[in-house]
Amino acid sequence: MPIKITDLNYVYSAGTPFAKHALKNVDLYIEDGEFWGVIGHTGSGKSTLFSHLNALTRIQSGVIQVDEFTMTGNGGKKLKRKNRPDFKALRARVGMVFQYPEYQLFAESVEEDVAFGAKNIGIKGDELAERVENAIKMVGLDYEEVRSRSPFDLSGGQKRRVALAGVLAMHPKVLVLDEPTAGLDPRGKKEILDLITEIKAALCPTIIMISHNMDEVARYCDKIAVMADGELKLTATPKELFTQTGLLESLHIEMPQVTALACALASRGLDVSGAALTEDELVEEILRAKGVTA
Amino acid sequence: MKDVTIGQYYPVSSPIHRLDPRIKLLAVILYIVAIFFIQKFVGFALVAVFLLAAVFLSRVPLLKVLRSLRAVLFLVTFTMIISVLFYSSKTAEPLWAWGIIKIYKQGLINAARMGLRLILLVLGPSLLTLTTTPTALTDGLESLLKPLALIKLPIHELAIIMSIALRLIPTLMEETEKIMNAQKARCADFDTGNIFKRAKALIPVLIPLFVSSFRRADELADAMDSRCYRGAKGRTRMKRLKLHFRDFAASFVMLALFFVILVLRYNWFGWAFVAALI
Amino acid sequence: MIEVRNVKFVYNEGAEDEKEALHNVSFTVNDGEFVALVGHNGSGKSTLARLFNGLLAPSSGIVKVDGMDTSDKKALFDIRKTVGVVFQNPDNQMVASVIEDDVAFGPENLGLASEEISERVEWALKSVGMAEHRKGTPFRLSGGQKQRIAIAGVLAVKPKVMVLDESTAMLDPLGRDEVMNVITRLNREEKMTVIMITHFMEEAALADRIIVMRDGRVAAEGGKEIFRKRELIESAGLELPVAARIAAKLRERGLDIEGDVTLPGELIDALCP
Repeated sequence: MPIKITDLNYVYSAGTPFAKHALKNVDLYIEDGEFWGVIGHTGSGKSTLFSHLNALTRIQSGVIQVDEFTMTGNGGKKLKRKNRPDFKALRARVGMVFQYPEYQLFAESVEEDVAFGAKNIGIKGDELAERVENAIKMVGLDYEEVRSRSPFDLSGGQKRRVALAGVLAMHPKVLVLDEPTAGLDPRGKKEILDLITEIKAALCPTIIMISHNMDEVARYCDKIAVMADGELKLTATPKELFTQTGLLESLHIEMPQVTALACALASRGLDVSGAALTEDELVEEILRAKGVTA
Repeated sequence: MKDVTIGQYYPVSSPIHRLDPRIKLLAVILYIVAIFFIQKFVGFALVAVFLLAAVFLSRVPLLKVLRSLRAVLFLVTFTMIISVLFYSSKTAEPLWAWGIIKIYKQGLINAARMGLRLILLVLGPSLLTLTTTPTALTDGLESLLKPLALIKLPIHELAIIMSIALRLIPTLMEETEKIMNAQKARCADFDTGNIFKRAKALIPVLIPLFVSSFRRADELADAMDSRCYRGAKGRTRMKRLKLHFRDFAASFVMLALFFVILVLRYNWFGWAFVAALI
Repeated sequence: MIEVRNVKFVYNEGAEDEKEALHNVSFTVNDGEFVALVGHNGSGKSTLARLFNGLLAPSSGIVKVDGMDTSDKKALFDIRKTVGVVFQNPDNQMVASVIEDDVAFGPENLGLASEEISERVEWALKSVGMAEHRKGTPFRLSGGQKQRIAIAGVLAVKPKVMVLDESTAMLDPLGRDEVMNVITRLNREEKMTVIMITHFMEEAALADRIIVMRDGRVAAEGGKEIFRKRELIESAGLELPVAARIAAKLRERGLDIEGDVTLPGELIDALCP
């Protein structure tokens, strides 16, 4: 069963003058196997929304269903153990990779660090070793080379991969990534995004990626959720979303650079579609408009 | 977490808020000394009235000031009970006796005195922190301690360490929360098990926190060097603390209070003079 | 203004884990220029940032700022008055909990009179569009705003050169635009020399000159014509700005596009005359 969020509300510092309605009546349905992009400005409620999925944020009101786990709001009061799902099992199911995850590394060796999560859910012995080895290989690191090295001696990009492996070793079925490419150079960005695509195919079918980069979202995601002021403004495919110029403007969302370029060309009289999302699409459109045939 | 305010500064504008931090610091010191001189209840009443007036002027709600007592409530009650129970006298009649427990009038008086003294001791400094920003306090302390730099005490360094610490506390609290969440997402358990287990569970939080604090410290040092920092050498300040009329007025009131308390304590000029004064 | 000549830099020299970050690097930056220094993570860019104002001294070779040698400890104070550096993480550059106190930190170190410091703080905050936040605290600001405060803190020293060491890397697109607007304005209007270290090629496209670093060496140096060398840029772990990428693909497919196309406007002009 997929992810279903019904009428989720969240208020920070409730009952004080600083109270902030961070989430307002959010309904969201995510099908198994989808690659979601989540966009919205800093403070729009994106992170609050998705930290509910693995119970890092305690649900106040509304219902969240993730597979067999159901959490129901209780006015912000702590739920009794018998009335709530097993958080460890839930957190293993919904893996969460935070911004700059390399800052969570702590163990003496890469191997140990990657094993941390899996060990916490009770994986032991051969299975643990196997999971760790596979996770390290899956993120594109040389297992024999890095396994006993200190994670602190690795390069920035490698550290990020180790952190990612640490989540993968728990074998999540949903992976939430908060700006996985932040701070990386263009090559590093592309490598991580391709890696996520591989992970999706091989291990974890549902991906939710929070991103500020419209080009990434347009290129990699099937569906996009737009958050603003604590509300889920809309869900759409990249094509549907990025062709609605007026809507984008009213939500202060920029277009992917390629789409913006296509629109500008169209408005200058070149006969190209303003719906081009990727470079290759735009190149074909321009060639067609210019009458150049391959 | 972003709403963390350091200390308990209450941000309103008032004559007390505007006082020079040095004057406020000195006033609080004098206030504390004065309280130790008080023997008679009329002295406590005088200080209480003075404090109430200051709270009123500061526009901090009285409840907010009283809340600082919560932390010491247990200590106050405990000391009072002890001083009642342990007072004994050979001459006086106990008011009440039950087995070896004897309660004397003087014991009750002593306990009341002790309780009042503790309560007033806590309320004064807390009014200071409620009306003065940590930054202003640091500046005030640095300025007051400046003479000690002559005997080679690193006053400037201490002040800058304090100000950077104040600046970094909210950042580090936020960072701690982030790391804890990241480890919780990896199924770390901070809430169950005995004390040793819980302490051990914090390792995955403390190590990244240390690593990142060192990294921050390095970067901060680079940023400070880049902005021409050379320690106290040749350094001036934008905000020079300047005394205003209100500061002299406040000093006068504080000294007057102290004087009256001394008069009450040592019965200078005899009581008649004090009575005439009031 | 800044001259880097045959510079080599080795971290942990002589130790087991010694690492050569720069090999024989030479270039100059002229007065009033806007130079972008681009390269992959670990290409030696950030080491260079720390060489420009003497936070690091070259292992061999010379870095000169306005004629002063950065290896000369006695000149350091004057060098740092000349070259200001804004770093990556705004949270790690602020020393005070009140914005005006933080911006005042630099001029206070210069030993200026209180009134002048206050004027400089006002001017610097105005320059970055944050004057109304003077009495506020940095804690509640957005990343872009915090970074503008950091820039104001460096500006208040009134340096001739401003180095930005990946100062936009941690910001969202909005914050990045805020910072870039401030920087281009400082360069155009205040004639400040700017060295922008970045791996966002769209930012580099705004510079007069681009220096491409690869594995501790200068791989290429020049104006916008550099974006014609797609393979070189990609071999340095970077990518062309989107307009240049599309122009390159169009050229490959036989469409003739004139001129050096780096900014979207240039591509549009080339395609829609």
